[in-house]
Amino acid sequence: MNREQKDHILNFLEQGIRFDGRKLDEYRPIKIETGFSENAEGSAKATIGDTVVLAGVKLSVGEPYPDTPDEGTMMINAELLPLSNPDFEPGPPGIQAIELARVVDRGIRESEAIDTKKLCIKKREKVWSITVDICPINDDGNLFDASMLAVAAALKNTKFPSYDGEVVDYKKKTKESLPLKKLPVSCTVIKIGDYFIVDPTPEEEEKIEARLTVEVEEDGTLCALQKGGDKPLTAEDIDKMVEIGIKKSKELRKLL
Amino acid sequence: MAYIKRNDGRKFDETRPIEARVGVIKNSDGSAYFKMGKTIAYAAVYGPRSIHPKFLQNPRNGKLRCFYNMMPFSSMGERVRPGANRRAKEIAMVTEKALLPVVDLTQFPNSVVDVFIELPQTDAGTRCAGICAASMALADAGIPMKDMVASVSVGRVDDALIVDLDYSEESYENGTVADIPTAIISRTGEISLLQMDGKLSREDLKKAIEMAKKACSKIDKIQRDALKKKYEVKNE
Repeated sequence: MNREQKDHILNFLEQGIRFDGRKLDEYRPIKIETGFSENAEGSAKATIGDTVVLAGVKLSVGEPYPDTPDEGTMMINAELLPLSNPDFEPGPPGIQAIELARVVDRGIRESEAIDTKKLCIKKREKVWSITVDICPINDDGNLFDASMLAVAAALKNTKFPSYDGEVVDYKKKTKESLPLKKLPVSCTVIKIGDYFIVDPTPEEEEKIEARLTVEVEEDGTLCALQKGGDKPLTAEDIDKMVEIGIKKSKELRKLL
Repeated sequence: MAYIKRNDGRKFDETRPIEARVGVIKNSDGSAYFKMGKTIAYAAVYGPRSIHPKFLQNPRNGKLRCFYNMMPFSSMGERVRPGANRRAKEIAMVTEKALLPVVDLTQFPNSVVDVFIELPQTDAGTRCAGICAASMALADAGIPMKDMVASVSVGRVDDALIVDLDYSEESYENGTVADIPTAIISRTGEISLLQMDGKLSREDLKKAIEMAKKACSKIDKIQRDALKKKYEVKNE
């Protein structure tokens, strides 16, 4: 880490601004487009500033897990494509990709946004299985929040393919959507010095002391948290960051 | 029934509608988006940059390295398992060979130029769309190039010689199919990618290559126009 650069960022934050002119709790412009793919059962592209993330949903019929015999399954996967960032290398997902996928996965799972019981076709034998893949096209910081928006929008965009009890006919999409309740949104709050900021750029991400991803349901209930960064946080820090997260999540939710 | 009318109503020598743009990925040194019908390819170029591991360094020449990847949700039907399989590795290799004749990396010894091709949606012809995007992305990145490369698949479905097969044609079941992905170096007309699977006579191959050349000259114009568009001066 470059000491001078960090001091420079801190000087700016003291005056309540950031390098790109934003306020500390201000997101870059956000855009969500759904349905870029006809082959995926659901798809969405989320853009935050210059960060672009694609998410695609595939559905298939498979066996349920033995401990939840009457529930469909869901998996969220992320690939940090080397196309999106010069520092990402080709190969199997590294720890960064795994963390991203698991944090988004936990938010969707714990918010119970998908009514998995309704995905049961035949108890103990056949259930719908949902796989969501996250693919960043350009990483300009804050992949966590962008990915959550893309995944939530892709799930909302999903239509079941037709299924006759034997085979799935992917060429025929039905009009039926996934059994969804309100989806969570994610707000990642960063601590630099004594300041809290949202929606970090790569420059800011490099200098974080701690990071807290706050995943929030519609009524403000928390459904998942993930602390990152090398420095610890005090209980007061956490309370403050959660407060910011809940406040910002309301703005983000309007875009979904 | 003979294949006398194409499934989507195209003429035999007609490609699917093409959309092409450059500069679509801000982080990269050069990038392109190439859409042909329902097949979409993104390409991003990073480099010239240093190459690791060190034994790959060549003091006489820079290295061109291509990667090809279908996104897991890109195809009709089941999810594609992520990660480079044998097919992806072979396509990456032939993509490299298709582009190599036009790039000049002698100025960049011990370095690498990485080209990453990603496909968010596929409907056959993915290696061709990938090569078209990659050629544009290399030009956008300012890599010294002697020429551009355009790529299209040609083939025979039943008795018809056609250009730019889509998936329904590639998987045609009422007759034999030959699928020939080609890449053409635009000014010389040389062929830098040639593969074929199916059954084909020597005469038909000759005709097919001629069709590929014609289609590629049209694609080449679209590629060049997209590149020029980025540098268009807008009068307001």
